[in-house]
Amino acid sequence: MFDSLAERLQATLDDVRGRGTLTEADINSAMREIRLALLEADVNFKVVKNFTNAVKERALGADIVGQLNPGQQVVKIVSDELTALMGGESQELVFSPRPPTIVLMAGLQGSGKTTATGKLARYLRENGSSVAVAACDVYRPAAVDQLIKVGAQAGVDVYEQGTDAKPVAIAKWAADRAKAEGKDVLIVDTSGRLHVDSELMAELADIKKAINPTDILLVVDAMTGQDAVNVAEQFGAVVDFDGVVMSKLDGDARGGAALSVKAITGKPILFASTGEKLDQFERFHPDRMAQRILGMGDVMTLIEKAESQYDERQAAEIERKLRKQEFGLDDFLDQMRQIRRLGPLQSLLGMIPGVGKELKGVKLDEREFDRLQAIILSMTPQERRHPELIKGSQRLRIARGSGTNVQAVKQLIKQFEQMRKVMRSVSQGKMPDLGALMRNAR
Amino acid sequence: MARDWRDLFIVEGAGSATSESAAEDGGGQERRMGRFRRLRESLRKTRQALSTEIQATLFEDLSDETWERLEEALIYADVGAATTARVVAQLEQEAAEEKLSGGQALSDRLVELLTEIARVGDDRIDLRAEPTVILVAGVNGTGKTTTLGKLAWYLSKELNRKVVLAAGDTFRAAAVEQLEVWAQRAEVGFIKGGLGADSASVAYDAIATARREGADVVLIDTAGRLHTQDNLMAELIKVRRVITKQIPEAPHETLLTVDATTGQNGLRQAQQFSEAIDVSGLVLTKLDGTAKGGIALAIAHELKIPVKLIGVGEQLEDLRPFDAADFARALVS
Repeated sequence: MFDSLAERLQATLDDVRGRGTLTEADINSAMREIRLALLEADVNFKVVKNFTNAVKERALGADIVGQLNPGQQVVKIVSDELTALMGGESQELVFSPRPPTIVLMAGLQGSGKTTATGKLARYLRENGSSVAVAACDVYRPAAVDQLIKVGAQAGVDVYEQGTDAKPVAIAKWAADRAKAEGKDVLIVDTSGRLHVDSELMAELADIKKAINPTDILLVVDAMTGQDAVNVAEQFGAVVDFDGVVMSKLDGDARGGAALSVKAITGKPILFASTGEKLDQFERFHPDRMAQRILGMGDVMTLIEKAESQYDERQAAEIERKLRKQEFGLDDFLDQMRQIRRLGPLQSLLGMIPGVGKELKGVKLDEREFDRLQAIILSMTPQERRHPELIKGSQRLRIARGSGTNVQAVKQLIKQFEQMRKVMRSVSQGKMPDLGALMRNAR
Repeated sequence: MARDWRDLFIVEGAGSATSESAAEDGGGQERRMGRFRRLRESLRKTRQALSTEIQATLFEDLSDETWERLEEALIYADVGAATTARVVAQLEQEAAEEKLSGGQALSDRLVELLTEIARVGDDRIDLRAEPTVILVAGVNGTGKTTTLGKLAWYLSKELNRKVVLAAGDTFRAAAVEQLEVWAQRAEVGFIKGGLGADSASVAYDAIATARREGADVVLIDTAGRLHTQDNLMAELIKVRRVITKQIPEAPHETLLTVDATTGQNGLRQAQQFSEAIDVSGLVLTKLDGTAKGGIALAIAHELKIPVKLIGVGEQLEDLRPFDAADFARALVS
């Protein structure tokens, strides 16, 4: 339905490439794309307006002359500004110097408070805190039961008094009990309430007054539209929350609400809820959210994944081999295996910005890798080191051994030769045209 | 006039129901008006927000700025870029052809256009099949269980239908208990499996029970799921298949609950759910906040799925039939 903003900007500014400078008209059409993309991502329209103005100013002042690709230049400006707007670094929950730390959860109906309460409880327990949760949602049928079950799954104590007591009284009682029982953290679940429901909002303020929480967290559904700002402002006015939990981030919503809430209220987003299971809960990374809104692919996640798998010693060895022209099929196989450890190829490609455009619609067949592996493993060590020396009879033997045909063996060897050439030129500091390479590979 | 419940349902002997309503006493009329007022009251905030946007700008002359502000107002209502562009372009063209002059004419025409968009397909619910099977699905937290509870209450208490309520949400902790509370309030039959039970088997039991006991309507709840979760969507397809296996025409109605606060992702939700289980109507919930629910217009425009019910509050009577004209008017007047 929507292409990523990064792609759109590239397309809009593609024809500028030859000219080397951006005219005001170029920038205006780029701004229109940015505006549309952000609105489709549900970023609040006021925020969009301010944002495009800021980007425009920078783009106009930027020295584009000499840049290879003005499109990329603008994408970078947008990305920088977006990250800055999202708040840069990820932030932490504040703990009270005198336990228990009390966390009050608030939000609209169905935003995912009870689930978030369970997830946060589990998260904190995993990090070594003794945690209890308090069931103050006495309105929704069976909400207390839900928290009892979620609390049990999270392995924390559930303080509840059924549905007859008043929420304020339950909260006060739970706070006293958490203190008496020496808990590190008490998380208070409340019922969902509309920000325009003055009675229930007053109740929330009363709960706050009664227990004086260390942190107040607003749970916001990642799929929320333009209204997210109204909700955040109203909750902010009544209880002045400290941070936000974004729920349902595992869907395909762009999550513009996150940007809006941060931009308008200035409150940081602390956690992201990314799945149905209790352990699918993590600290929020503003920079990654900026990338997601831009549709630029989750570069950071890819880098982190690669880093965690990357073996420096091995890499140095490969570099040495490349220099000495000793890079053989065994090393190639090693490389492929390393890449495969990062995850399914299809999802890896999706994380690389720009690649989406090149390879959109291309279905990668993981079995293709198994086939290549079978061919390589059917070779002798000598053949793997010097595939260029493989002759006709050897090819036939390899094809039989791997259950493929001579054609496939030939093709593999040819592709490997090409790749080796490219890698050599890279190691010598020459950057090949990746786009052309990919088109050739197809 | 807001559409009433009697307009929503197609029932056996519809002719007599009409004459009954024609001969209705003043009390009924009053109740009808009461509901209308309630809806207006609930939508008041939506209206206020939008009308300040529009009336501040749409008076007298129609300038470039008018279109820009109108665009913003519709975007702000979550109507979405594509639908907004269509509406604004249409109005702009009509103004250029001098069919529209002044703010009032523009407002009227805007309401008309929005109504046209919102009014797609058949927005009624046919209850003539026995039993009529209604399946409800949607993303987590959009109000499926509450909607079903209220619908059960209305069908049982107001329409005197014999209802079986099936607790197909076997995933969320305490969802079964939540629906059971509703079943007791509505005094209807209740079918459940254990936590983690197969929701298709719960649907199967419910239909078997309904046929055995001669129930009129079977309402089947399902667990909330994101449209991106392939395995959960497959499970939903299975629920539908199990239903169809027992009664080939069933489910007679497949409702998707969409939270009015949802942004443009609502379009994706409707699209994916539709592909999986052929959604026949929307329930637009939580319209009692400041959210405009404009995503329903985008869904109607792009996917031709009508809204059938709206939720405007927590009370039993806050589940209401959808009225396109009233909704459009409430958005802009």
